[in-house]
Amino acid sequence: MIEPGLYHLLFISAALFFIGVFGFFTRRNLITILMSVELILNSVNLNFIAFNKYLWPNKMDGLFFTIFIIAIAAAEAAVAIAIIINLYRSHQSIDVEKAEEMKY
Amino acid sequence: MTGSTFIFYLLAAFTLVNAVMAVATRQIFRAAIFLLFSLIGIAGLYFWMQYEFIAAVQIIVYVGGITVLIIFSIFLTQQAGDLLPKQKLKRQIFSMLAAFCGFALTIFQIYQHSFTGNTAQAVEPTVENIGNQMLGVNEGGYALPFEVVSILLLAALIGCIVIAMRSKPATI
Repeated sequence: MIEPGLYHLLFISAALFFIGVFGFFTRRNLITILMSVELILNSVNLNFIAFNKYLWPNKMDGLFFTIFIIAIAAAEAAVAIAIIINLYRSHQSIDVEKAEEMKY
Repeated sequence: MTGSTFIFYLLAAFTLVNAVMAVATRQIFRAAIFLLFSLIGIAGLYFWMQYEFIAAVQIIVYVGGITVLIIFSIFLTQQAGDLLPKQKLKRQIFSMLAAFCGFALTIFQIYQHSFTGNTAQAVEPTVENIGNQMLGVNEGGYALPFEVVSILLLAALIGCIVIAMRSKPATI
C-alpha cells in the first residue's frame, strides 16, 4: 500500500459523489433522495478540504467554503423535510411517482 | 506501512461501504443509520487530515443534526417495517452504468492531471486563525458571507415553520 495523498482523497470523493448520484437515480422515496443529496454534498466538502490541505496550505479558503456549504446543507435539509411533511399530509405518501400534481 | 496509512485505508473503506449500503438497502431506517456511519467516517477523514474544527462541525451538524432530522421524518412518514418497493431492473442497470461511466471519466481525468501545490508556509487551521479570518473585514475576510449565511438560516427557519404548519380552515 502506498502512502495516501491528494489522489486518494479525490478518489474517495469521486466515489462518494457517484454513489450519491446512483442513489439519486434509483430511489423513488423523497427521504432517501435527500440522503443521496447529503452524500453528494459531503463529497464536495471532502474535495475542498483535500485541495486546501495538499495544494494551498498557506490559505484557508477551502475550509471556509466547507463551513458555508455545511451551513447551507443544514438549511436545505430542514426546508426539504418541511416540504416532505407537507406533501405527506396532502398525499399520504412521499413517493415521487405519486406526487405528479403539485397542488391539491 | 505506517499506522497512519492503515487508518486512512480503514476510514476510506468504512465510509465507502456504508455509503453503498445507504443507497442500496431496502429498509429506509437502516439506510439512515448507514448514512450516519458514512458521515462519521468522513469526519474521521477530516481528523486524519488534522482539520479538527471541520471534523467537529461535521459531527455536530451532520451526525447530530441532519441525521436526527431525517430519522424523525422517517418516523413521521413511514409505516414501521415497510420495505421500499423494488425498482425495475432496467432502471437499476442504467443508473449503475451512468454512475460508473461518470466515475471512470472523472478518475481518468484526475489521474491524468498533475497538480502543482505551493510550498509556502502553512497556516495551521486552529480555531483562533479560523475565527480571525471568518470575522475579518480586511482582504480575505469572510464577514460578509457570514452575515449572509446568518440571514439565509433565519429565512430557512421561518420558511420551515410556515411550510410545515398545519393550516387551520378559515382563520381569516
